[in-house]
Amino acid sequence: MMSITNQDVQHVAKLARLNLSAEEEQMFTEQLNAILQYAEKLNELDTDGIEPTTHVLPVSNVMREDVERESLPIEKVMANAPEEEDGQFKVPAVLE
Amino acid sequence: MSSSKYETVIGLEVHVELRTHSKIFCGCSTEFGAPPNTHTCPICLGHPGVLPVLNKQAVEYAIKAAMAINCEIADVSKFDRKNYFYPDSPKAYQISQYDQPIGQNGWIDIEVDGKTKRIGITRLHLEEDAGKLTHIDGGYASLVDFNRVGTPLVEIVSEPEISSPEEARAYLEKLRAIMQYCEVSDVKMEEGSMRCDANISIRPFGQKEFGTRAELKNMNSFRGVLKGLEYEEYRQAEILDDGGVVVQETRRWDEAQGKTLSMRGKEEAHDYRYFPDPDLVKVYIDQEWKDRIQATIPELPDARKERYTTEYGLPSYDAEVITSSKPIADLFEDSLKYTKDAKSVSNWIMGELLGYLNSSNLEFSEVKLTGHGLGEMIGLIEKGTISTKIAKTVFKEMLESGKLPQQIVEEKGLVQISDEGAIKSIVEQVVAANPQSVEDYRAGKQKAIGFLVGQVMKESRGKANPAIVNKLLEEVLAQ
Repeated sequence: MMSITNQDVQHVAKLARLNLSAEEEQMFTEQLNAILQYAEKLNELDTDGIEPTTHVLPVSNVMREDVERESLPIEKVMANAPEEEDGQFKVPAVLE
Repeated sequence: MSSSKYETVIGLEVHVELRTHSKIFCGCSTEFGAPPNTHTCPICLGHPGVLPVLNKQAVEYAIKAAMAINCEIADVSKFDRKNYFYPDSPKAYQISQYDQPIGQNGWIDIEVDGKTKRIGITRLHLEEDAGKLTHIDGGYASLVDFNRVGTPLVEIVSEPEISSPEEARAYLEKLRAIMQYCEVSDVKMEEGSMRCDANISIRPFGQKEFGTRAELKNMNSFRGVLKGLEYEEYRQAEILDDGGVVVQETRRWDEAQGKTLSMRGKEEAHDYRYFPDPDLVKVYIDQEWKDRIQATIPELPDARKERYTTEYGLPSYDAEVITSSKPIADLFEDSLKYTKDAKSVSNWIMGELLGYLNSSNLEFSEVKLTGHGLGEMIGLIEKGTISTKIAKTVFKEMLESGKLPQQIVEEKGLVQISDEGAIKSIVEQVVAANPQSVEDYRAGKQKAIGFLVGQVMKESRGKANPAIVNKLLEEVLAQ
């Protein structure tokens, strides 16, 4: 059975930009393992020869025509901006 | 390259913006240059609870583009989330395609130094573009414009089969031409509707394993790609020559400094945790749909080039240059409705037109020359109405005003003088005024006639028909 280690949690936390305390790390490792263990039950089913699905609905090719629609007024766009300058979102620089 | 001990291996990732009116998953406009954030909505801003719906036209353009580069088209394609944190992406993931791209296993042919080489294309997939960041406050803050978020892109990934910066440029130019012919994108590198990243490594000749590669970004022009790759080849060869080790990293081409600079070590390889996007359902591409799109693919650059050499007898080089840009190839063909002299049309395009565009740094779309004008002008030269020299003046005027040559000639009084009587009187005048040259000529100095012809042309202000000038001069001198 697959299990999640503390390193896995650290890695995912880093990718998600989360700072976890040692206790939290331990807690999430246990919780995630419990979840996986629960989902493990699914492995009891024989799925040989069944194509993997990404959706539960038998729907495909949902598309729209290439037609422009009105965008949001700029005040609404900016309503959630933590900081604004010249109609743009102002964020701390992320150096790449 | 500092040393010929090494072989270069390049793979290119090219992003091409598709020219849909609206974004890939929402109805916001894709227009370039609008005020920041005015083409955004809850969907492209990544607000919670919204539902992206796929733009059918974007899918069709992507299929068309994939077909034009000889890809196998998927029967089933799907979208995945590529997860990463960066302020240009409001959702903290980009909707892209992971394991079921629109097209795979394609190729295009490029020509370098007269040799044709086939470059494999690994895949073409459809995805959304990211926003634009402007760094301010001395690099401590960034401003984010999300207008570009959600513009449909195809990413075209080549096999690592490109062996030199020249080949990389030829590949890029061919790819641009194909996309332009297909009319799926306006492929302007300056506006960012075509962008290119490169993976480049070198290895000693004969070595099987690839060397450690650098990923090169920010090459915003064809020249930038060429220069950036040349620099990188050189940099890596220097490191190996000194017994060093190339570090795997992302580097940025700095045009001003003429160097590539390290952006960050890949101390932790990118982990994008792709997974199928639960908001978007699969796309089944049946044969009928494929056939319908296949039927819309026009004659592509290679086929046109072939036709120009066989049908019009153009040299291969001319055909290559002219067909590398669709509007110029169209100009060539339009001109031939007005003249039969294909080589002459080609000469004017390759010499005067491309020279003018280069020296004035203009795009063809910015000049007003038409095929009608060029074809008619060549007809006027054939008929002897204007000389080649006058035609150059007419040509320039056509580029600027778009007027037809007949009108320009009349307005400017540029008609060539072919009236023998008029020319003869000038010839006699010139002969009388230049006894020394006349004597030289009669003494056997054939070259002296050139000077006399020049004098006659000067007197006629370039309008005398040169063939008649020559004939009359010889007659008069022989007397």
